[in-house]
Amino acid sequence: MGRITLRNVSKRFGEVAVIPSINLEIGDGEFVVFVGPSGCGKSTLLRLIAGLEDVSGGVIEIDGVNATGLPPAKRGLAMVFQSYALYPHMSVRRNIAFPLKMAGMDPAEIARKVEAAAAVLNLTGYLDRRPGQLSGGQRQRVAIGRAIVREPKAFLFDEPLSNLDAALRVNMRLEISELHQALKTTMIYVTHDQVEAMTMADKIVVVNQGRIEQVGSPLDLYRAPANLFVAGFIGSPKMNLIGGPEAARHGAVTMGLRPEHIDLSTSAGTWRGTVGISEHLGSDTFLRVQVEGPGMITVRTGGDSGLRHGDAVFLTPQTGRMHRFDADGKAMA
Amino acid sequence: MATQHSRTAARLMISPAVILLFLWMIVPLAMTLYFSFLRYNLLMPGMEEWAGFSNYRYFLTDPAFFTALRNTLVLVLGVLMITVTGGILLALLLDQPMWGQGIVRILVIAPFFVMPTVSALVWTNMFMNPVNGLFAHAAKAMGLQPYDFLAQSPLLSITLIVAWQWLPFATLILLTALQSLDSEQMEAAAMDGAGPLSRFVYITVPHLTRSITVVILIQTIFLLSVFAEILVTTNGGPGTASTTLTYLVYVQSMLQFDVGGGAAGGIVAVILANVVAIFLMRMIGRNLDA
Repeated sequence: MGRITLRNVSKRFGEVAVIPSINLEIGDGEFVVFVGPSGCGKSTLLRLIAGLEDVSGGVIEIDGVNATGLPPAKRGLAMVFQSYALYPHMSVRRNIAFPLKMAGMDPAEIARKVEAAAAVLNLTGYLDRRPGQLSGGQRQRVAIGRAIVREPKAFLFDEPLSNLDAALRVNMRLEISELHQALKTTMIYVTHDQVEAMTMADKIVVVNQGRIEQVGSPLDLYRAPANLFVAGFIGSPKMNLIGGPEAARHGAVTMGLRPEHIDLSTSAGTWRGTVGISEHLGSDTFLRVQVEGPGMITVRTGGDSGLRHGDAVFLTPQTGRMHRFDADGKAMA
Repeated sequence: MATQHSRTAARLMISPAVILLFLWMIVPLAMTLYFSFLRYNLLMPGMEEWAGFSNYRYFLTDPAFFTALRNTLVLVLGVLMITVTGGILLALLLDQPMWGQGIVRILVIAPFFVMPTVSALVWTNMFMNPVNGLFAHAAKAMGLQPYDFLAQSPLLSITLIVAWQWLPFATLILLTALQSLDSEQMEAAAMDGAGPLSRFVYITVPHLTRSITVVILIQTIFLLSVFAEILVTTNGGPGTASTTLTYLVYVQSMLQFDVGGGAAGGIVAVILANVVAIFLMRMIGRNLDA
């Protein structure tokens, strides 16, 4: 069980409304990712759900029960912090056992659960070490271990991978996804990294300036962004956003084209441009093409592209894949 | 810069300071040691003669010595207990966000800036005096008999005065330690179901152990040599009820003019201080290792 409902939830710090008003439904067993630029209120939203901040208005329900006034411990949620927040003076074993000890569980039962959690997280050999003697990835796993032993209704992750190096981040991403497959518990995950959001989420919630811009599955958001913000935020490299007369010809104020939805040719096409920087990723090559009129356009091409800086190319947008936005930045049908 | 040449040069250049500091320590110590083996009375100048260990024998068999030893330990332990527990509680209070925080913190630190003689005089005459003191007035206002603090329980009174002076120090050190506690750890503990008391016991206190160690070590060094407060308030009395080792050395050499005996007492005090220091380092010094 782990159904979380937010109704008209708002948060003000003094005069500043960090979150004006949010409605959100999180189903049992879902992996939900809150994504948005830094300072958009996504972490605050998570802390409101956790009970670490008081809401200024609205109702938070967990499994249909009003949890708005409940203290964090009573909500049955577990949280993994960005800094891991391990207890430095306790061994890994005592760190993981801490929530169970606080719950007054029988010591033999605690030992059994800690061993089980350690086995799942490959921490068995490290149980008697202090957090200070572990690597970043191991500390992360201890923090997750401390969360899973409680068998919470839902896990809350606050940018858990941002302190890890790139290779480890990819590994931990997979481990967390596998954990979700194994436990089938609701998970709420906050990140500013849209790649993490795309790869892990069942449902992405795009947050901007305390408002929810769009909610949907990763591919829904990728294929049909509801507005300019989502269009620019989801996808890497970013969608090409073109304004001016070029967009007006298609009846929009701004038009958006993903790099893979532009045909590239050396002989003929709609736009003529010069290749600038090209990024070779092996499987793909991303070319930055300077086009007269629309300006700088990013185009995806195969990994074996032989084009070089300064080469002349022709670009043709795939009209069916084009996104069109009106003056308010909303997507047009 | 770690070549052989630069290291030699560095040693050469710091040597004047080191030598000066060394002499500063060793000359008085050596002279005290020398005097402690002399029959040296200020009333009979020029009559010094070798006395062997007799100064030590007289000092250590003096019934006042054991009282002084006990008083010293009671004073040090009493002040340590009051300042550490009081310091933790005050630091917890001062760590709460409140209006006028800056001014309140300065007020709390203020007693530390009052010199011992002055604070002892203020306490004796304005608070603990059985006729004019505020406590006496308060007792009379409630229809009670005023309590003569310095006559009835002199050691306790001095302990309170010294503790009042050292409480700000403990508070200050422990407050800075509290402020360095990661708030996410507290939040994690709250999510793990720890109530305020459990959070204090399992998170705050372990975090503070190192600072508490520092407070205990530094205070012990200074508390072993408390003198002005005793001289100004009770003069070690009534009888020897509030005489500490430091004060006994003063009595021996300056009131009984027995410099040799005083020097012997001084050496005994140095040895005892070192014994205490070794015990302290054994017991709590490992907290200082990271």
